[in-house]
Amino acid sequence: MVEEDRELIESHEHPLDGYLREGRIPHIFCPGCSLGSITNVIIEAIIEAGLDPKKISVVSGIGCTGRISGYLNYDSFHTTHGRSIPFAIGLSITDPERKVIVISGDGDLFAIGASHFIHAARRNADITVICVNNFNYGMTGGQVGPTSYMGQVQTTAPYGFNEESFNLPHLATTCGAVYVARWTALDVRRIKDSFVEAFKKKGFSFVEVLGSCPTTFGRRNQLAEGKKILQHFADHTVLKHDVDPKETKIEKNGPLIVGKFVDIEDKPTLTDNLLAIQRISQASDKKS
Amino acid sequence: MMSDGNLDLPEILTGEHFTTGNHATAEGALAVGCKFFGGYPITPSSEIAEHMALRLPRVNGHFVQFEDELASIIGILGARWGGYKSMTATSGPGYSLMVENIGLGMMTETPCVIINVQRGGPSTGLPTLVGQQDIMQTKWGAHGDFEPIVLCPSSVQECFELAVQAFNYAEQYRLPVTVLMDEILGHMSEKLIIPDRSKIKRVNTKKPNVPPEEYLPYKPDKDLVPPMAIAGDGYNIMVTGLTHDERGYPVLNVETQEKLVRRINDKIRKNKDKIIILEEYMLDDAEIAILSFGSVARAAKGAVNRAREKGIKAGLLRLVTIWPFPDERIEALANQVKTILVPEINYGQITREVERTTHGKTNVKGLFKMGAIHNPQEILSEIEKCT
Repeated sequence: MVEEDRELIESHEHPLDGYLREGRIPHIFCPGCSLGSITNVIIEAIIEAGLDPKKISVVSGIGCTGRISGYLNYDSFHTTHGRSIPFAIGLSITDPERKVIVISGDGDLFAIGASHFIHAARRNADITVICVNNFNYGMTGGQVGPTSYMGQVQTTAPYGFNEESFNLPHLATTCGAVYVARWTALDVRRIKDSFVEAFKKKGFSFVEVLGSCPTTFGRRNQLAEGKKILQHFADHTVLKHDVDPKETKIEKNGPLIVGKFVDIEDKPTLTDNLLAIQRISQASDKKS
Repeated sequence: MMSDGNLDLPEILTGEHFTTGNHATAEGALAVGCKFFGGYPITPSSEIAEHMALRLPRVNGHFVQFEDELASIIGILGARWGGYKSMTATSGPGYSLMVENIGLGMMTETPCVIINVQRGGPSTGLPTLVGQQDIMQTKWGAHGDFEPIVLCPSSVQECFELAVQAFNYAEQYRLPVTVLMDEILGHMSEKLIIPDRSKIKRVNTKKPNVPPEEYLPYKPDKDLVPPMAIAGDGYNIMVTGLTHDERGYPVLNVETQEKLVRRINDKIRKNKDKIIILEEYMLDDAEIAILSFGSVARAAKGAVNRAREKGIKAGLLRLVTIWPFPDERIEALANQVKTILVPEINYGQITREVERTTHGKTNVKGLFKMGAIHNPQEILSEIEKCT
């Protein structure tokens, strides 16, 4: 270990002190949960993207992932279950320079909040949505969700889940997202690169991160430790940039296809369109 | 001039107009500085959204028709934290969908305005006919304890004025304020006078006057209302629907809950004398009082006039502020009059409150009607029965 690192550890300081809210640590995440490292990556990506801290707002809904917003030392909003996206739209349209980042879980964004995701992508709202998909409802004790796969065992699927799951990159692409990527929690470097690209992008960008949830998912599905889930990710990950997102569906013991699937330039955003309406409404001859 | 879809209205509208309550409400919101409307179509409120879609871009504001009422209410909360005065408009079924996030607005102390143009319920009920059935929904709709401010116009002119007042209360006390209109008012046309912009009072939330390192976002001043920093002000605010301390951080214990919930209620309770607006008509010597609100109060006033012509000492107490409820004034009235008649287009929502506040000191009689306004003659007949 280099001397600088040793000093840092012994000082109980953290290199990202100042980016995390004072007095909010320790966090509530379980041992083996990937949300801590994802929080770390978000901050690193914000720094690398060179965003003006005053222009950043972080919005989340309810659930374990939804708690990330409250640890970040930016303007942060912890809203109601499922409603982070329309709140973020309200924030984003008030300032075209504002970067609004939504961070929430699969249940929050794709069950109770699904219609908002669909319509925000359709409108090309100028926000980045990060979904940490842990395949279940962690905070409420491990129920199945819209991304649970066939055969997955959870408290509300004691005989195995037997519904089809959402393929999130495909859903986002179909609805009009201008940037779509998926990584596992193991791919920290690539997650960061994707976050940086998404943060710099105008319009609706979406990054799915497959997260480890040993406590309420892994325990019931032979993956009872964080490192076992990460090993499962390592064993099943297939990198396929630009693959048709239709092909990225997740199934039990199937491949986990990761990569950047969509990256479209120059599509007018919701805010662009609203500003265009202002110009039209204020023109002397509105028929033109 | 203010007819549907007129693209050539001036940016700032003043002077005399013949228009509907829905249009007057929208113009009131614009006059007080509303910059964002998020909404979803619903009868009988849709003309408010349509008028805002027409007018907001002219004044550098934004209009978004959202996918549902859930998105509409939370969208306007988000926009307010971004710095835009914001509103939505709906009717009973839409309001039902909004109540959870009205609760978020109460908990996070977010100023905004919700217009509810009431129709008949429950459920889909009577979309095109009048109702006054959301009185209790505005008070008790969301879970948990909070003290709402709810205003109730009874003329087109008052639709304009109370839209202004609703924004000003929202900003002063930091909460979502509801205006309870009804289908008759929304669709009825009468004279509206819009004053010069300089004559319209505009209240804005208090801003913090300390640097970020000293700022506690939920530390109240003496009036129990905290100064409000918004996104981008450099204060790195934290806003949560969880029970929170003065820093805005979630602290889930009894002490924090006691302090926060009492304060967000007390900031209204302790200021209610400044919030309650009443109209008193011929009450000085009255022996029979009509207590009324909304479009029905117009019929009630007509009934009082006819009763006076017949030598009956009748008077009218009109609630302009519905919540907080004017308990003390009604209790005093109970000591004066023999009977309080309460005509309302529901099955007794305000009557029950009047019974509660009069403590059996006078006769309280509700006149309930479903889906239609009372005829002045019907109210007069009831007055005559009481003499």
